[in-house]
Amino acid sequence: MRAVLPILTVVTAIVLLWYAAAIPMNAKWAREQAARNDVTLSLTELVADTWSQDRPRLPAPHQVVAELWKSTGEMALKGRAFSKRSLITHAWYTLSATLLGFVIGTTAGVLLAVGIVYNRAMDMAVMPWAIASQTIPILAIAPMIIVVLNSIGISGIIPKAIISAYLSFFPVVVGMVKGLRAPGRDQLDLLSTYSATGASTFWKLRLPASMPYFFTALKISIAAALVGTIVGELPTGAIRGLGARMLSGSYYGQTIQIWSALFAAAILAAALVAIIGLIERGTLKRMGMEP
Amino acid sequence: MTLVILSLGFWLVAYLLNNWLANSRWNASRWVRIMVPAIFGITVIGVWEGLVRGLDVPSVILPPPSAIIARFASSTDVLWTDFVQTFVKGALSGYFIGTGSAFLVAILIDRSPFLQRGLLPVGNFVAALPIVGTAPILVMWFGFDWQSKAAVVVAMVFFPMLVNTVQGLAATEKMQRDLMATYSAGYWQSLFKLRLPAAMPAVFNGLKIATTLALIGAIVAEFFGSPIKGMGFRISTEVGKLGLDMVWAEITVAALAGSAFYGAVAMVERAVTFWHPSQQN
Repeated sequence: MRAVLPILTVVTAIVLLWYAAAIPMNAKWAREQAARNDVTLSLTELVADTWSQDRPRLPAPHQVVAELWKSTGEMALKGRAFSKRSLITHAWYTLSATLLGFVIGTTAGVLLAVGIVYNRAMDMAVMPWAIASQTIPILAIAPMIIVVLNSIGISGIIPKAIISAYLSFFPVVVGMVKGLRAPGRDQLDLLSTYSATGASTFWKLRLPASMPYFFTALKISIAAALVGTIVGELPTGAIRGLGARMLSGSYYGQTIQIWSALFAAAILAAALVAIIGLIERGTLKRMGMEP
Repeated sequence: MTLVILSLGFWLVAYLLNNWLANSRWNASRWVRIMVPAIFGITVIGVWEGLVRGLDVPSVILPPPSAIIARFASSTDVLWTDFVQTFVKGALSGYFIGTGSAFLVAILIDRSPFLQRGLLPVGNFVAALPIVGTAPILVMWFGFDWQSKAAVVVAMVFFPMLVNTVQGLAATEKMQRDLMATYSAGYWQSLFKLRLPAAMPAVFNGLKIATTLALIGAIVAEFFGSPIKGMGFRISTEVGKLGLDMVWAEITVAALAGSAFYGAVAMVERAVTFWHPSQQN
């Protein structure tokens, strides 16, 4: 809790810097408009103008917040929460693909990790590739997956989910292999003195011991899954989803729209990571491991 | 049909060979440790080739590896200009600016525990956000050329690098700092002689994370607009033209560049942090 004051200070400093940066970024347009209308702007008028343009180069924070509220809360109050113009709809498209991909990727990752831990040949053959694949910009294949799946008749949520599954897969594999191998020699020896079977060694020792690693990997992989979905929404021609909002905003110069989509994505990412963090704390506490 | 059966047979033989190698008594030797993943890689490529040809998969869905290699060999000049545009101009310059400035900021805030307590959670938070999303904004500000790509890369690598460096600077123990104090070492002396060297494993951890992020940022930023060269540009336009062999060739370049970049940083790390337990085998 003692970190609250420093964090607030840093956040305030960032917001102030942002307001300050908006002045020079938008001043050119404000001066041009004033020159066209034959008026000279005083300093306060200039500043007020840079913070309230329709299509600023850098929108001021309150404009972004207002746009966020306008496209979420206000529309929800009007009962149009799921209309096409509502950011809630777009966030839901992105979220559903992210979650589907995350579940697929995590399940596949855990299964492969179990295989790697129990099969020496798989360990030696697959593990170097799994590690090497983390240095590769996998995201680059996102447009290809979308288009190829589209051409064989699969569209909608599945292609995006495949990309996010792919991105969330490798962190889980690497983390889970580490986690399942976390029990030390003496712990494994103890279980063999109890003449424990392989299955009960797995369920009673390896799996519980891997939980801290599992949750760390989940946090990385859900963030990666969200990025994957957003990038996967780009090549479909900007129809729906947060990525589509960003792209259409950049086509039409709607900077406030881009920023609000960006903040919606950031809030979504933060919320997803926070939820996993909560589950982690609850689980580890019940297991008697303080996180 | 024979090709399908052949490739499945190839898979089985390779699997049995790997299984035998992995459980043989040479399984700890260096040679086997390289052979097993290599055989696995060759198997994947062989089965891919056999299945694509045997099942007549159209090349707009999945081209066979031989077509990708042929394409790679015949268009090295295009691939090279794309590589220079995206990797050397966009990713590398952004990487150096981003990690360099994060390193300097970490040293600047090192003297203020208050700022650190504030910046560390904020930095950790930002590091988990989809920063790639700033790409359309930065492309709008810095234009279509490599400057905007470098800016996206800076935004992506800054916070992971900052967090790692700040954590690294806190890695020394009280006893070590006390020893420096008994030598009456000043702040800068103990920074350069003790705390910076001790921070190097964490700093290199940040540098290694940043290599992948840099390449991703540079490629994805090109999806939002670029001059008519660059790896991201080529991928998105060739996907539109269904020239998937070229897309795969670009992905091969990206994969090679990514692992070479990571490998280079890891080699520098080995030379700098030779004293660290993780570097000794």
